[in-house]
Amino acid sequence: MNGIALGVLGMALLSGCSVPGPGGAPDGIHDPYEFSNRRAHMFNRDVDRTIVRPVARSYGKVANNDLKTVVDNVATNFATPGIMVNNLLQGDLGGFGKNLYRVVINSTLGIGGLFDPASELSDVALVDADFGMTLARWGAPEGAYLELPLLGPSTERDAIGRFVDLFTNPLRYTLDPPERNVSTAVRVIDRIGDRQRFGDTIDSVLYDSADGYAQTRLIYLQNRRFQIGGSDQDPYSDPYEDPYAQ
Amino acid sequence: MRNNSSALSRRSVLAAGTAAALLTVLPQPGQAALSEAQARTLVDALVADINQVIASGKSESAMFTEFSRIFGRYSDVPTIARYTLGTDARGASPAQMAAFTKEFQRYISVKYGKRFREFIGGQIEVQGAKAVKSFIEVKSLAKLKGQAPFEVTFLVSDKGGRPLFFNMFIEGINMLLTERTEIGAMLDRRRGSIDGLIQDLKSAG
Repeated sequence: MNGIALGVLGMALLSGCSVPGPGGAPDGIHDPYEFSNRRAHMFNRDVDRTIVRPVARSYGKVANNDLKTVVDNVATNFATPGIMVNNLLQGDLGGFGKNLYRVVINSTLGIGGLFDPASELSDVALVDADFGMTLARWGAPEGAYLELPLLGPSTERDAIGRFVDLFTNPLRYTLDPPERNVSTAVRVIDRIGDRQRFGDTIDSVLYDSADGYAQTRLIYLQNRRFQIGGSDQDPYSDPYEDPYAQ
Repeated sequence: MRNNSSALSRRSVLAAGTAAALLTVLPQPGQAALSEAQARTLVDALVADINQVIASGKSESAMFTEFSRIFGRYSDVPTIARYTLGTDARGASPAQMAAFTKEFQRYISVKYGKRFREFIGGQIEVQGAKAVKSFIEVKSLAKLKGQAPFEVTFLVSDKGGRPLFFNMFIEGINMLLTERTEIGAMLDRRRGSIDGLIQDLKSAG
């Protein structure tokens, strides 16, 4: 299978992942490319301010919540086969089964994925997975923090994962051009919807923070490690043990 | 012999009495000061208050006042504030610490109040409590319309004098660490001046 070949390629690339030396990652942050990352951050912020945020605000005015939910459902339904490939690669048969059930129910009862009866009627939630997560399960190191132009915060491991995931969705090979274009369009609109829905939070990080780059980096890494789980890092610092906290 | 043994026993009774008296005064290592049930009770009350505010339909500024009251009542604001200052807290005078703590409470109430406002139409449900290290971890789920439920975790301790939460995680994002990074960046912008930081904090959040 294509995904496996790419996975092997991914593992080969990962041997080039940068690993911090002892004491080289204060607060769990390994960012040797900070200079170029900060330039990418400024670029991304400009793109957001001039294009993405205005488009998202207009979308928010045009689309009501029901339409946004439908777009979200369709985008998720299209993405699910790719997620299922990663469920399998992680050996997560339970997750694979739940997602298979969701695709079958939502594509039929949910009228081609417009609705999400799998969540609403039978309480079967999506078990998310992606190739960056798969690499983590296979024991690949996180690597250095990266901020990618247009794509945003990532790590060396997640950047490889994102690239491989361009190929992991079987629908890419089975859909013909009109449907494939619809799927791409829906995915883009869904991302714009996310920008609108979490607008205040994103604005507060990008525009109100004293150091939006550092906030973006910290929030991304913490949330991503939480999603992936199984990290041996202990996020529970104890302020009562800190000598300056007494 | 008899006298001696009775003297001994009297002495040991006295010693035992003194020890017992001391034990009630000294902190006892190994004994959990705060129970999981107590921590859960605190978070239940906290979550009920937050749910009440987000369901109240009050104006934005009225909600921030409510959230400031909630932070003051349920969280150890002085400890959180001091932690976010890090080693810079060492150089701060008591008056600066007091002013910083006051502005910090307003700042986090507005900032996290905005996050909680996004929960309007949703509910937070407490799931369970578990002892971790020297404190209690209380997990809850935020259930919002049209969105997968996500985890909000509170860490509760009674080292601030009574059961209070001192950290909060929204989907793994740690409030203490996030705010220490932010306050650190604000201090850097003011070249380490705490008075400058306090000034900037008044308009932040």
